[in-house]
Amino acid sequence: MGRYLIRRLLLALPVIFGVMTLVFLLMHLIPGDPVQIMLGESAKQADLEQLRHQLHLDRPLLDQYRLFLSDAIRGDLGESFHLRRPVVAAILERAPATIELAVAAMLFACGLALPLGLLSAARPRSGWDLAALTTALLGVSMPSFWLGPLLVLLFALTLDWLPVSGRDSFSSVILPAVTLGSGMAAILMRMTRSSLLEVMRQDYVAVARAKGLPAWRVWLRYGLRTALLPLLTLLGLQIGALLAGAVITETIFAWPGLGRLTVQAILSRDYPLVQGCVLAVALGYVAVNLATDLLYAVADPRIRYGRQER
Amino acid sequence: MLVIGAGLIGLLLVVALIGPVIAPHPPAYQQLDEGLRGPSWGHPLGQDRLGRDELSRLLAGARVSLGVGISVVAVSLALGVLIGGVAGVRGGWIDETLMRVTDVLLAFPGLLLAIAFTAVLGPGLDHVILALCLMGWVSYARLTRGQLLALREEEYVAAARAIGVGWPRLLRVHLLPNLLAPLLVEASFGMAGAITAEAGLSFLGLGVQPPSPSWGSMLAEGRAFGALAPHLTLAPGLAIMAVVLGLNLLGDGLRDRLDVRGK
Repeated sequence: MGRYLIRRLLLALPVIFGVMTLVFLLMHLIPGDPVQIMLGESAKQADLEQLRHQLHLDRPLLDQYRLFLSDAIRGDLGESFHLRRPVVAAILERAPATIELAVAAMLFACGLALPLGLLSAARPRSGWDLAALTTALLGVSMPSFWLGPLLVLLFALTLDWLPVSGRDSFSSVILPAVTLGSGMAAILMRMTRSSLLEVMRQDYVAVARAKGLPAWRVWLRYGLRTALLPLLTLLGLQIGALLAGAVITETIFAWPGLGRLTVQAILSRDYPLVQGCVLAVALGYVAVNLATDLLYAVADPRIRYGRQER
Repeated sequence: MLVIGAGLIGLLLVVALIGPVIAPHPPAYQQLDEGLRGPSWGHPLGQDRLGRDELSRLLAGARVSLGVGISVVAVSLALGVLIGGVAGVRGGWIDETLMRVTDVLLAFPGLLLAIAFTAVLGPGLDHVILALCLMGWVSYARLTRGQLLALREEEYVAAARAIGVGWPRLLRVHLLPNLLAPLLVEASFGMAGAITAEAGLSFLGLGVQPPSPSWGSMLAEGRAFGALAPHLTLAPGLAIMAVVLGLNLLGDGLRDRLDVRGK
């Protein structure tokens, strides 16, 4: 177990290094002169030189790479050109809003998917099951950038129950969380159902039933508990989808998080900020996946960790 | 499921192909005094801010969406099978290196890398396709490699190698036909993903640029008018959902029919 944890942590290091390298290279893919693009055509030569120097663009590529890595490791991602403040400070200021949105979306998704999946699996191929599966299929196929505007149209503009945008009160998180979480809910629901159907066919469940345990106890104690394990991995992957999906959801609802900051940075061609936001979200995702794997190791004692996994 | 999905996609392909013929108006034709009008006989899906016919723009948008979906899947599939094939066949350090590269690309969640690429390259349809291909090949490469590693252990492959069949023939006759089913399933989900991603990028203003119609940018335009012109939010959204639903049904159906193990 301990060896697995250490190996898993060590395996994450090259990925983190690769992510940082790719993000660095991205900045250098910019066609033309990034400094000219950032400052505009009418910029003075002295300003161009100053910004070029500030971004280390006047140095050889390998030097730039070394500086980028050593700065990044020390938590310095440069200065936002548009906001005129350190990129890390801007990211730290916006991150809580995104985390709040992602957690709310996840709670919504789990709160909807687990009971629905359980009910579906309890009565497979019934009318209820069919309805739930159809809804899930529609949910998977419905992009958030359509669901969001539809929810705004109905609950904010027509019924006037919830705010259109912003992050002022508890009620303002509801529509963004539903928008961001519904795709995840649909996937989780399908997975809960199939995972439960698989588990309930196992011998130990038959034994539990034969012992005369009440049905609800068999389902919750022996079914759902085991069925939750594969869901954990899926949940980790889905949190990544949430982080990326937040870019669109935050734009729709003017939610002041990292996603909206990323889009604003892109539109204002604030490359250091774009670089910082992309790096922050990717590293957040790596961390979440790492945490999921470690949690999985704690939760499932059956897995043998000595072997190379693929 | 397979039939409904294939039917839906077939219908949309036909619509995209004959779109310019059946469109009631040129998609860019403006009638400024008729802006934001709802559905009427002359404009069955209403008109947008500039009085352009929503149906005609939707039909033109179908070409963009399906074009992106098909080209991204074609390029990613070819690239992925090639890279995954080399990794699976050659093994060793080539395999190790290629798989670490895919690890890094997979560390970027969903749309994020595509957003970053288009941010750097600038908006536009070509850049969207390029960005989606740059991340799209990864899943096909890993699938091809995984399948090849499993197939290599099969007895008939070992037998073929034992009688001296070379790799090119082994690939063509024994391996690729067995790879086809899982790749087809992956491709239909991949196309759904590419179409959603293009619409999402265009929605953010990073994809197809005006005046070219894309369902994503039409949705973004419609959103600005909310309750004033709900038809502008409904029509492009329904179109995107129909394509994605069709492809998801097709993928699910193919998976059941071809007996491919779930992802």
